[in-house]
Order: sequence, then C-alpha cells, then structure tokens
Amino acid sequence: MSDLAPATLAELMIVAASEAWRDNGEVLASGITTIPRLGASLAKLTHSPELLMTDSESYLVSEPVPLGPRGDTSNGGYRPKYEGYMSFERVFECVWGGKRHAMIGPTQIDRWGQTNLSAVGPDYAKPKSAVLGVRGLPGNSICHINSLFVPNHGPRVFVAGEVDMVSGVGYKPERWGPGMKQDYVDLRLIVTDLCVLDFSGPDHAIRVKSLHPGVSFEQVQTATGFPLLQAENLGETPLPTAEQLAIIRKLDPHNLRGMVLKNDPPALRAAA
Amino acid sequence: MALNKQKSAAEAVAALRDGMTIGIGGWGPRRKPMALVREILRSPLKDLTVVSYGGPDVGMLCAAGKVKKLIFAFVTMDAIPLEPYYRKARESGAIQVEEYDEGMFEWGLRAAGMRMSFLPTRVGLATDVLAKNPQLKTIASPYADGEVYVAMPALKLDAALIHVNEADRLGNTLVRGHDTFFDHLYARAADHVIVSSEQVHEKLELDADTAKLNPFERYLVHSVVAAAGGAHPTYLGPNYGWDMEHLKRYNASASEEGGWAKYVEEFVSVGEAAYQTQIGGAERLAKLKLPVF
Repeated sequence: MSDLAPATLAELMIVAASEAWRDNGEVLASGITTIPRLGASLAKLTHSPELLMTDSESYLVSEPVPLGPRGDTSNGGYRPKYEGYMSFERVFECVWGGKRHAMIGPTQIDRWGQTNLSAVGPDYAKPKSAVLGVRGLPGNSICHINSLFVPNHGPRVFVAGEVDMVSGVGYKPERWGPGMKQDYVDLRLIVTDLCVLDFSGPDHAIRVKSLHPGVSFEQVQTATGFPLLQAENLGETPLPTAEQLAIIRKLDPHNLRGMVLKNDPPALRAAA
Repeated sequence: MALNKQKSAAEAVAALRDGMTIGIGGWGPRRKPMALVREILRSPLKDLTVVSYGGPDVGMLCAAGKVKKLIFAFVTMDAIPLEPYYRKARESGAIQVEEYDEGMFEWGLRAAGMRMSFLPTRVGLATDVLAKNPQLKTIASPYADGEVYVAMPALKLDAALIHVNEADRLGNTLVRGHDTFFDHLYARAADHVIVSSEQVHEKLELDADTAKLNPFERYLVHSVVAAAGGAHPTYLGPNYGWDMEHLKRYNASASEEGGWAKYVEEFVSVGEAAYQTQIGGAERLAKLKLPVF
C-alpha cells in the first residue's frame, strides 16, 4: 500500500463495521449514515456478495452505490445498477419478516443494549434535548439483527443507568413480560471510535471484542458508564488492507467519511 | 360532468375545524403538502392533533402554535437532522405527544382505513413507547401460541392533506416519484381528504402504465387544490428537489430573535402566489436538483 495514504480511523471503523454483516446470508444490509453504509458496502463487495442493498432511496441495487454526487450519467457519471424495488412500505415488510441487519447510531445505549433516539433528560414531557423520535427502532430491534455505531464513545452515549427513552429493545429481563417473544432480538456489534464491542458476555453482557490501535481497555472503561467485560481473546482491531482501502476510497470519492470524526484522525494514533 | 372537487386552498382549508385530528402525507422533507400547511398557518385554526411522519410541516405548525398534540415517530429534515421548531415545542413542553414506532404508526393508519379498532403487532413491546403511552394495551393470541402483542389502536383522522404530481377535478391522482410513502393509508384513514397537486386536469385519460401511478381511489378525495410548487421547500420527485437554501434559512430563523415572525411575514402572510414568486418561481423550482442519497 505504498501509493496509498495511511488508513484513517474512519476507514478502520468502516472495516470493523463491515464484519457485522459477515455470514448473515441473504438479508437486506442497511447501514445508516456514512460509516455504517460504507461498512455494508464493503461487506457486499468483499466477503458477503449475497447481501441485498438499496440506493438509500427506493430501489435494490446489485452493486453498492457510491456516496455523494455521481456526476452526469450521460457523461461517464455513475449509474446505479438496479435489481429490484424497495419502497419504505416494503422496508417495513422486510423488517417484520426479519430479513434485515441494520446498523444505526443511537443517542444513548445502556448495559442491556437498549437504545434511545427520541429524547434526552429525566422529564419526557419536557426533555432536555428532543432528538429525532423513536423512528423504527422499536420494530428493528424486536424483529431482526442490529448493530450499533458510536462516533464519540463516552459516558453520555454509554449511560450509567437505563437510557432515558427506551426506543430499541435490549436484553433487560424486567422489560419482558410473560408471553412476549424475545426470540428475534439479536444484537451483534457496537463499533465505536475506541473499540469494537459485542454482546457475548453472560446474559448478553457487553464485552470489548477488540481495541483500536493505541487504545487501552482502561480508556474504554473510563469512557463507558457501566462495567465492561473483556473478550478472552481481546485483540487489536485490524487495520484496513490495501484492497479494502482501495474499495472504500472508490465508494466514497468525496471523502464524506473524513467528516464523521473530529479532525479525521489516523488509524494509528501515534502517527497523529 | 357533475363531479368537480376543485377548490381554492382557502376554500378547502375552510372545511377544517379547531380541534381536528389531521394527517399530513409525505415523509420528513419529502412530498409534503406545504401549500396546504401554509394555508393553515394563515387560518385561525387551532388546537390541532397532527399525525405525521414529520418534517418542516410539523415544525411550522408547532412554530405557529397550531398544534395541541403531535402523533409521530420522528420529525426531521434529513440533511438538517434536527427540526428546530419541533424541538422548541417539545423541549418547552408546549405540545402533548403520542410517539410510536414508524411501523406501529403505519399499522394505526391501516387499522383506521380497514375500520378496525386495532391491529396486533410485536413492535413496541419492551420499549418506553408502551410506558409513555399508557392508553396502549396488549393482547394475547387466542391460539395455542398465546403470544402477547401490542394492540395498536386505529389512528382515525378527521382529515388528511396530501400533495401529488397530477390530479383531475374528479379526484383522480398520480404520484410520479419513486416512492408513494404511506399516503394511500392516510387517505383511507381520513373522513375528509384534501389533495393539492402540481397540475389539475379537467379529466385524466391515461394509458395502463401511467394508471399504475394512481395511489388511491377518487372516492376518498373531497377537495382538489391546484398548487404548483406546493411541496416546496420539500422534495417532489421527479419535479423538483428539496430547497436546501430555503430550509437552511428556515432552520436559522429558529435561533434568531423574532425569527419565526420574520419568516411568516416574508413567506406566509403574503399568500401562496407571492410565496412562489419569493422563492424564485417555476424557474427556481426547475433548478432544484433531485437529491442524491
């Protein structure tokens, strides 16, 4: 990779995110916002071509669509390769049938994997901060596989108690009454700017699976509002390969990934 | 032809009453019936319950103090994720809310259109959507599985507002964008439907392929309003994209002293014809590029 600029942290997170979609089978891969979307796109172009993807509007495409302006199609600009239709109504049908793996960035996450995208603060009637609303989180989280994305790993995201407005469900037993079907809840990865976490601890407890280069477990623990476990084989999040970097940079010609993290740091922090 | 449902926006909106539950079609900053929303902003209507996959429609109605209660899953302008006037209304406790998952919301509209009292769903269980909506009840399957579901109540609408690309005086409609969203369900859930349209024809005479773009039947429609540029500043595929410059200006007004009053003075009080001139007319609409996602 001599002729390539060194990988950025955003690019390392894209590669880490793409791992979420490995061996999922034929499901709709929905990466919401720049890094998750590039992660899903990279997965489809490398280890998991069987994934379905959309143009992020209303069509299924056989090849991930590059981000941002595509130029004039009559003059060599990118033309999406449509293979089917996926209106919002069909996305809902897909969700309820469970054939989807979405990765989104919630405002808050708690130790049970519950997420909040609605309102922050103790008073729901008069929240300190109104965010977007619960959106599709209740449905996504109870119907299909989900992963999470956190560009700013800190205790305001990974909260000490329960999230303020449980939008996406998790593994808190008290939330599940008799007869409620929890079988389809399937939380996989949390990709942050410090590490990758999963839910493989006892009773789905959150574990640190890998640390990004130059990050210590203690640093992650300090930035998290609840106690974390370490994977037995806790390792370092791999740097992108030259092949992966080339694909990412082709998919994101306007470098939108460079605007996600403050100052767009390099993957190897020592190089900063 | 006996049927002629064409009215002016003012005549159509005059059918609405204080305290009504009003559904607004479209999705976020996409194909919102903004000319009809602006007509409501100019009217004395108040205490509305607004049902919407919300965008600037919700923000403007909140800013004008028209909203008593909001039934919603989100409010956003996409490229500007946080809707400023919705946030103000929400954070000051000025509006009551009934917050649902996007799919529960669909289910509620569907139940209303089918004249059912509720539809069962797993969605919403184990979340605070149940806790914050104490009126919501669960129901157990009467079959051997016994699974417990949320009984999503019908979201019955007194009226629905919908913007389309083309319509005729009989109430036939065409939506030419890539996605019709859930407008057909709003139409079915409502007692009274007001359609605004870029173009209103005397009578649509269509080939079979074009007829497929008709999202719901004309018997659902009560008023048809001619409104070229009527979705502006939201996105109306394939006619025009969203107007980011205008949305940014609207967004900025929320953090200026008296910003909303100034916005109203410049863009609302003047009336729809002057609004369309203010924003640059058909020429500008034609230049608003369709968004690339």
